[in-house]
Amino acid sequence: MKRIFILIAMLSILLTSGYGQNKAFHDFKAEVEIEDRVFLKPGLYEGQHQNYISIAFQPEYSVEWKEGKYSFKTTLFGRIDQHDNHRTHFDIRELYWQGVFNQHEISVGLKEIYWGVTESAHIVNIINQTDVVESFDGEAKMGQPMVHYSLANKLGIFDVFFMPYFRTITFPGEEGRLRTPIVLEGDDFPFESNSGKYHPDVAFRWSNYIGAFDVGLSYFYGNSRQPMIEDIQAFDPLYPLIHQVGLDLQATTGMMLWKYEGIYNNNSIKNFYAMAAGFEYTFGNVGGKGLDIGILGEYLYDGRDELAIGSLQHDIFTGMRLGFNDISDSEILAVAIFDLHYPTKIYSIEGSRRFKETFTIELEGRFFTKSAPEEFLYFIRDDSFLRFAVSKYF
Amino acid sequence: MKNLLIIVLLTIGVLSNVKSFAQDNGQKGLEIAELADKADQGFESSEVSLKMILTNKQGQESIRLLENNTLEFLEDGDKSLIVFNSPLDVKGTSTLTFTHKEGSDDQWLYLPAVKRVKRISSDNKSGPFMGSEFAYEDLSSQEVEKYTYKYIKDEVKDGETLQIVERYPVDEKSGYTRQVVWFNKSKAYRIEKIDFYDRKDALLKTLTYENYELYLDKHWRADEMIMTNHQTGKMTRLVFEDYAFKTGLTDQDFSQNSLVRAGR
Repeated sequence: MKRIFILIAMLSILLTSGYGQNKAFHDFKAEVEIEDRVFLKPGLYEGQHQNYISIAFQPEYSVEWKEGKYSFKTTLFGRIDQHDNHRTHFDIRELYWQGVFNQHEISVGLKEIYWGVTESAHIVNIINQTDVVESFDGEAKMGQPMVHYSLANKLGIFDVFFMPYFRTITFPGEEGRLRTPIVLEGDDFPFESNSGKYHPDVAFRWSNYIGAFDVGLSYFYGNSRQPMIEDIQAFDPLYPLIHQVGLDLQATTGMMLWKYEGIYNNNSIKNFYAMAAGFEYTFGNVGGKGLDIGILGEYLYDGRDELAIGSLQHDIFTGMRLGFNDISDSEILAVAIFDLHYPTKIYSIEGSRRFKETFTIELEGRFFTKSAPEEFLYFIRDDSFLRFAVSKYF
Repeated sequence: MKNLLIIVLLTIGVLSNVKSFAQDNGQKGLEIAELADKADQGFESSEVSLKMILTNKQGQESIRLLENNTLEFLEDGDKSLIVFNSPLDVKGTSTLTFTHKEGSDDQWLYLPAVKRVKRISSDNKSGPFMGSEFAYEDLSSQEVEKYTYKYIKDEVKDGETLQIVERYPVDEKSGYTRQVVWFNKSKAYRIEKIDFYDRKDALLKTLTYENYELYLDKHWRADEMIMTNHQTGKMTRLVFEDYAFKTGLTDQDFSQNSLVRAGR
C-alpha cells in the first residue's frame, strides 16, 4: 500500500509539471447505484441472508492539457452492502498520469486494461485483479499500479507493462452469498514468490489487424491473479508465479464474428492450457424495426480441472442478445451454460434500459439449476438470485 | 417476312436507343456525383461537435451530444472517430471507422465501462444510429463508389440549378432500394435534400440540409440536417457546432490507442 502512496506522490509532481501553461479541459462524471439482490433460497451456510440492499458510487475526474498531450484521470469506486462486509469495499479503479508523444504513449499510475474477444470467459485478460464481489461475470476489475508504455505504428500496437504491486482477490464474506463453506480470505493466501505482493510483474502485448482479422499476442510473468489450489483435499489456495502466453483472434466476416482466445500457463503446480472459442452472429434491423438479434455460441476449456477456483472447464455457452436500438437503448442478454462432463447448468438473463435521460435500470437473474458435487459451483447451488439496480448519472 | 424483318430492325433500333439513353443518364448521374465529391476534396481533416435532437410523434425530445473527427483520404475512404458525450450512461463510448471505397468498412467500438475495444461488424448499416432516424449508412463517409447513378432532371429554384439524381446502393445490405438526391449545381454541388426509399420502394425518410455555410472558400457544410421519417412520424435534427478544417490531425490520431484515449 505504501508504494501506492509513493506512486500518487510521484503522480502529483508529474501532474504539476507543465500544467497551467495552456488551457486545460476538466471533465467530471459520477454514477450512484442502488441495488437489491434477492436470493431465491435460504443460504447453505450460517450467517447468510436472502435479501441484500447496497449502494455504490463511482466518481470520475479527468483533466487534459497542452492540447491533450498530457492528461490525468482518476476513477474511484465504493460500495456499502447491508450484510456482506467483504462486499462493502472501496477501490481506486484508475489514477494515472499520461503523456502522448506522437505514436508513443506513457502512463504511470493505476489503470484498467482489457484484452480479449470472447463473451463467456475472459481468459487472456490478466493485467488487473478481478473484483469478484462486484460482478458475477468477472467484468469488474480493480485498479493495477503500473508503468505502461504503448507504441502505435504501421506494424500494430506494442504494449509494455511494469507492475510493481499486486492486488489480492476478495471473495464474499461470512454473511455474503455466492461463497465457499469456509470464508476465503484472499489477502491471507501465501505467495510462491518471496517478494509476495511486491514481485515486479511484467507483460508485453502486440496487436494488429489485417483486413477482417484482429490479432493479439501477449506474454505475462508474475503473480497469478487467480489463486490456484495445490492439493484439492487440503484446499490451500496460493498465488503461484506464472509465465503465461496468450493469443486472441477475431475474424469479422459480414454479420458473423469468429472468436478465439487461449492461454498456456506455465507454473510450479500444474501447467495448463485454457481457451474459449466460438461465434457471434447478428441479424441486424430485423423487419426494419431496428431490432438486432445476436446469437452467441462458445466452447470453453480449462486444463486446470478441479485445481481452479471457477466453474468453466468443459462447457458450452449459448446466448441471445437483443438490442432494440430505441431511444432508451434497451438491451436483453439471455445465456445458458452447459457442462459437458457434469449435469451442471447455469442460466442467466440481463436487461437494461435508460429512463428520464440520466437514469438506467438493470435487471439480472442467475439460476443454478443442477450441479455436480465435483464442481466448484456445487458450493453455490442454492444461490440463484435476482438483482435489481437503478443508477443515476451526473 | 419483309414486315417482320422491319419490325425486328425497328425493335433493335428502339432498344439500343433506350439502352444508350439509360447509359447516358447513368453516366451523367455518376459525373454529377464525381463533381460533388471533387468539389469537397482537400479539407484534409475536420473536427466538429454534434447535437442530435430526437423527436417522437408526440413531440417529446431527447438529446445526444457527439464529437466527430475525420481524416480525409483520396485513394481510399476517410477515417472517422466519434465520441459520445451524452446520454451520460454511455459517455465516453467511441467508434473508430475506416471507410473503404469497396467492400465493408472496418469498425471498432470502445466501451469505457469495461475498457474494452471491440471490432464490430459494419454490415449492420440499415439499423438506427442511437435510436435516431439516421441509419448508420446515412452517417458514414459517402464515397462515390458506394452507389450507381441515374440522372433524372434539372430544376431551377430561386435562380439556382438543382440536379436531381437517383442513386442505388451497391451493397445489398443497405436498407434502401434507391435515394433521390438534389445536388445544387450553383453551389459546388452541395446536397440540398435526399428522399430515401425502403426495400419495398416506399418513401421512408426525407433528409434536408439547412443553413449552409462556406468554409475555407470551398467546403459547404450545413449547420443543420433534418431527417423526417414519413412512416413513423418521428424526426431527428442534427445540429453541427464549431466546425474546424485542416486541424493537423494525422493517422496517429486514428489508432486504437487514440480510440481508447478519446473515450476517457
